[in-house]
Amino acid sequence: MVHNEKTAIRCVHCGDECLKNAIKAGEKTFCCDGCKTVYEILNEHGLCEYYDLNAHPGLTQKISVRKDKYAFLDVEEIASKIIQFSGNGQLHVTFYLPQVHCSSCLWLLENIHRVEKGVISSRVNFPKKEVFIVFDKNTTTLRKVVEALTSIGYEPHLSLDDVTSRQANKTDRTRWYKIGIAGFCFSNIMMMSFPEYFGMSATLEPAFKAAITILIVALSIPVLFYAASEFFISAWKGLKHKHLNIDAPIALALVITFGRSLYEIITATGPGYLDSMTGIVFFMLVGRWLQDRTYKSISFDRDFKSFFPIAVNVLQNNTVKPVPVNDVKVNDIVQIHHRELIPVDVILSKGEAEIDYSFVTGESVAVKAAKGEIIYAGGKQMGGLIEALVVKEVSQSYLTNLWNKENYSIDKKSQYSFIDTISKYFTYVVFAVGILAFAYWFNLGKPGLAWNAITTILIVACPCALLLTANFTRGNILRILSLNKFYVRNASVIEAISNIDHIVFDKTGTLTQSNKMRVQYEGKLLDEDLKIKVASLLHQSVHPLGKAIIQYLQVDSYVDVENYKVVDGKGIEGWIDDQYIKLGSPLFTGATEQQHTKSAVVIVVDNEQLGVFNVSNSYRYGIFDVIKELKKTFGISVISGDNDAELPVLKQQLGKDSDILFEQSPYEKLEYIKHVQSVKQQQVMMVGDGLNDAAALQQSNVGIAVTDDDNNFTPAADGIIHASRVAILDKLLAYAKKGKTIILFTFMVSIVYNITGLYFALQGTLSPLIAAILMPSSTISIIFITYGLSEWMALRMKLKPNKVTI
Amino acid sequence: MSALVILLIISIGIAGIFLFAFIWSVKDGQLDDDYSPAHRILFDNDIHKKSKQN
Repeated sequence: MVHNEKTAIRCVHCGDECLKNAIKAGEKTFCCDGCKTVYEILNEHGLCEYYDLNAHPGLTQKISVRKDKYAFLDVEEIASKIIQFSGNGQLHVTFYLPQVHCSSCLWLLENIHRVEKGVISSRVNFPKKEVFIVFDKNTTTLRKVVEALTSIGYEPHLSLDDVTSRQANKTDRTRWYKIGIAGFCFSNIMMMSFPEYFGMSATLEPAFKAAITILIVALSIPVLFYAASEFFISAWKGLKHKHLNIDAPIALALVITFGRSLYEIITATGPGYLDSMTGIVFFMLVGRWLQDRTYKSISFDRDFKSFFPIAVNVLQNNTVKPVPVNDVKVNDIVQIHHRELIPVDVILSKGEAEIDYSFVTGESVAVKAAKGEIIYAGGKQMGGLIEALVVKEVSQSYLTNLWNKENYSIDKKSQYSFIDTISKYFTYVVFAVGILAFAYWFNLGKPGLAWNAITTILIVACPCALLLTANFTRGNILRILSLNKFYVRNASVIEAISNIDHIVFDKTGTLTQSNKMRVQYEGKLLDEDLKIKVASLLHQSVHPLGKAIIQYLQVDSYVDVENYKVVDGKGIEGWIDDQYIKLGSPLFTGATEQQHTKSAVVIVVDNEQLGVFNVSNSYRYGIFDVIKELKKTFGISVISGDNDAELPVLKQQLGKDSDILFEQSPYEKLEYIKHVQSVKQQQVMMVGDGLNDAAALQQSNVGIAVTDDDNNFTPAADGIIHASRVAILDKLLAYAKKGKTIILFTFMVSIVYNITGLYFALQGTLSPLIAAILMPSSTISIIFITYGLSEWMALRMKLKPNKVTI
Repeated sequence: MSALVILLIISIGIAGIFLFAFIWSVKDGQLDDDYSPAHRILFDNDIHKKSKQN
């Protein structure tokens, strides 16, 4: 309450608002110890330029990293799997650092050698958020390097995935080579064709003319056989599956153009159309590049391995030893620390377990486990240190089974694009026209002209304009969606979106904010004094409900609690100033009169029940407005792994005709998607967040994962949307749908060009000059139309970033 | 006319050099990261200044 009145002081390191517990160091203010520590380390090594390059470049360090967390990197066996290369006493390693976001990060990470002596060089790949480090084996160790990175706020993301499937993730650069070569050949051929365009070729010396012709043919060969190879490969693949895709007529047109041009050149009847052919290949490749640009730092294919730790601490003869997760055996005793993920199914043997299963089930409230209870893999320990006996190895655990059973058995049907369908009919029409023209001229007794006409028709009517339209439109739509933090795996997803009839939402983390709870209080009014007392008592506990209530109470200070007691899984009690306060579940406090939800905390002071705090997830801002908007076009369902406490709210907001299902296991979620797909014959979009939705995301026609931060640790999905943009999902989907309209409209325009070309072709008089004018002008106007239309629609729908107000 | 042939060869040769340079730059990974190099060049200057001051 107090801090709202004055302008908020921001943490020098991370820019978070500094609350009452802010820490001052000299003139600098920090929100937490973690941020201050990072600042001190940087200051000590003369790296404060970090703060000059950008304001508040760091990320909050409120969650501290355990001291021995990276002890496992001292184990040779584990380290060797992470290190990519070793030689001359130097080791090479690449880390994925999700925190990388600005030029300060870049600067600091490339100066890491000032923090850790043994580092020889470090180089950041910004789009991939990776740092490549070379360090001296004798001066430092892998563990020290990782700890140095962690100490300055860039904790590398190390997961089981890094050690099990370290692929050489080389970027595919072939498209660049192809574009470069096609561009080179195209422009040179065009230059050498100028005499032809201006009718000066007759005046050229025969030897010179021959030289030009040979050069043109020579230059066109790499274009056809190298640069255009992907069209032939794709066409062949399509034909093998008895499917005529758009690349087939294009490949055919390329071959015919090349063959006809060669024929003309050899028989000296004409100059051929090699300039147009190479040009079209060049433009189509550029279009494909625009469409297929990927988000390098975003992974759409995560499985549970990306979330699992590399090693766990195993207790052997009273000593703790880090062991690779895959080598953990049944009956080993493992130690799990605060905020660590449990990678194996275990039985709790020591300590207080408070397990957050949201990862697996979507249930947001942590569950307490008693000694002897089974804790399933995928749970996150929210309490302190625990020890537990392994009952199932990683490969056998509940989560791994769930994953293997559901996800890898699903074969997503590849959907054929409507582009292919149009191009098919287009091709039929062209063939028909071609044959008619051929027959006409042949009957007139002019077989030469007949051949001439049919080949030029096939050349002119190549559906490359359609392909270009599709590529450029989708490329631009992808770009505009990504500006709105909606990242789509590839262009075909855009089309899949336009076919969706039904949207299924997960509740926890998707409709609700996973990191924010809504607290409502019912009962007698609490005065300021009592509020402080209640907050002080709750302050003793680590329970998430307690934390939510403290936030709700907004007190300035805490007082001492005497005789504090915790009753496991039920509540807490204690004495403050001669008042006996009990807080906890209705059962614990003895409240019986009302039906309470699972997340209710009853307050009892001196055996008198004062009221109830109802804690629930808070819904994302504007989420119901979006759903109401979406309901006009789509069927809507909500499925949740959570309890049904929220049913009345959802019923009221969604109306009666929507399916709302609670306590759904990941498997049931998958089954529900299948049910909608098969029974209702609908195309389903699933919007979810956790691994518990992973199977459903895979099964749905379009799976969209919601992420709260940019670190994008999301399950495998077709698209990833930033949580802040879920509130404009309706607009984003509507915009994606517009793609089809734009493509069709531009295609109509391109047909005008085709008809113009055909007009000449049918008469057998398509000169290279006309072809050379038609080809680039149609291409360029198509690019302008698609770009202009998609930009204009984005502007009109207020999807341009400077207009977005969220 | 032979002058034209020489010019033609020279022009294609020059274009070829650029094509080679492009392929080289792609191979070198220059197109993989379009953010870091642009910013890195600014940092180097600053470090230089500081070390001079010291």
